[in-house]
Amino acid sequence: MTVTAPRATAPGTRLVDLFEYGLDSPICLTWELTYACNLSCDHCLSSSGRRDPRELSTAEAKAVIDELEAMQVFYVNIGGGEPTVRPDFWELLDYATAHHVGVKFSTNGVKITPEAARRLAANDYVDVQISLDGATAEVNDALRGRGSYATALRAMANLRDAGMKNFKLSVVCTRHNIPQMDAFKALADEYGAQLRLTRLRPSGRGADVWDELHPTSGQQRELYDWLVAHGDRVLTGDSFFHLSAYGKSLPGLNLCGAGRVVCLIDPIGDVYACPFAIHEEFLAGNVRDSGGFAGVWRESELFRRLREPQHGGACTSCGFYDSCKGGCMAAKFFTGLPLDGPDPECVQGHGEALLAKRPADRAGIPKPSADHSHRTAPARRGPVPVQLLTRRPGPERPPVSECAEDPLAGLRVP
Amino acid sequence: MSGFDLDRAWDLHPQVSVRPEPFGALLYHFGTRKLSFLKDRRLLEVLRSLGDAPTARAACAEAGVPASELDAFGAALGALVRSSMIVERTP
Repeated sequence: MTVTAPRATAPGTRLVDLFEYGLDSPICLTWELTYACNLSCDHCLSSSGRRDPRELSTAEAKAVIDELEAMQVFYVNIGGGEPTVRPDFWELLDYATAHHVGVKFSTNGVKITPEAARRLAANDYVDVQISLDGATAEVNDALRGRGSYATALRAMANLRDAGMKNFKLSVVCTRHNIPQMDAFKALADEYGAQLRLTRLRPSGRGADVWDELHPTSGQQRELYDWLVAHGDRVLTGDSFFHLSAYGKSLPGLNLCGAGRVVCLIDPIGDVYACPFAIHEEFLAGNVRDSGGFAGVWRESELFRRLREPQHGGACTSCGFYDSCKGGCMAAKFFTGLPLDGPDPECVQGHGEALLAKRPADRAGIPKPSADHSHRTAPARRGPVPVQLLTRRPGPERPPVSECAEDPLAGLRVP
Repeated sequence: MSGFDLDRAWDLHPQVSVRPEPFGALLYHFGTRKLSFLKDRRLLEVLRSLGDAPTARAACAEAGVPASELDAFGAALGALVRSSMIVERTP
């Protein structure tokens, strides 16, 4: 986000230092409305595909919006899955904006018809992000599926023709599209859109392709220089703060906001510290709990811990720790690196050495908690590690050892 | 200097939402989608009375801003004008 801080008093505390201790309400949050998606992108952060039957109902979703209004959350970043495939998507969009909760939503464009585009252009409190991960169909469709480039461009044309200004062209930076940055910028300009670049994380299905898709160290430098040259005309969702250790800080909050200023509500109401951390380790609670979302945000033990001053661990002695703050928690977690150590893409090269020590079969590296991938999705390349199914224990589901042989193991007798 | 005129009438932009925080306040502009941050509670008070006060100077006085700090507050308000958070109003 773009942040400015006009000063009436002498400079002292930096904004980032205040945010480090968290806020009573998030500034914005990500809300994945559904795990259902018409696409099967290789790097999907939420392993989306199939709808989860436990999805929040329309009434439950509206109750969440009421809470966000009361907490004065400025806006929600709605995603999925593909949020527009929810039959009540437009109803929820109108409900949120009528209740002073702004909406930015991410879509692959499949439902952005000329009529939908006109509706969006008419609402000042809505912003749209069209996802596109290649400036050419060849690069994009290899990752997001055949035809997805054409779908996105058709949606962009509909938005432009409806007079929607400054919607976002949202790109996840990969090894294959780093050379296309100028082409993306030209594409955004052509459609009256603003370019938004974000970092590829090893989250969701992204964990399976991260090694081959994340930018090389040379490309990271190239990207940093490109971002510095374009300043705040290109948005980044503050996702490249690990690159700040190259020198000059990039615009925005150079801070991991997980549980401090942002969080994720997933389709079934689970609240995680960040959209890239869908794993039990980062699960703070559920909006269906008695205290609702506000209760989770304000009382969660996990969030309280994340708001304490973090220790640099192995990074403390590094002179760049103050600029990169150790990088992205989710990137470390899903590559099996210690959370108090360097980011896997540490620009000083401290992450590479640790990555090289991972076992070839990636044993012991955490996997995302749930997989909603289409069962018909194309087979992945490379070895597929055997996974033990684990479920979160709860009153209805007492923990059961994977090795329990009793045929009644896990059965709860009333 | 900021060039901000303390003797004119100003108001928050209608698309700006203000959220008080322990350290001051957060401002979000739904039009520009920019977030801003006030580190001084008194500046929040100034913004709150800006729409009803005849001038920004009057709003500052109402918020208890001493004359010695008027320049600093003027500069902060000037920054908010540049980011379209506050706009000039015809009194």
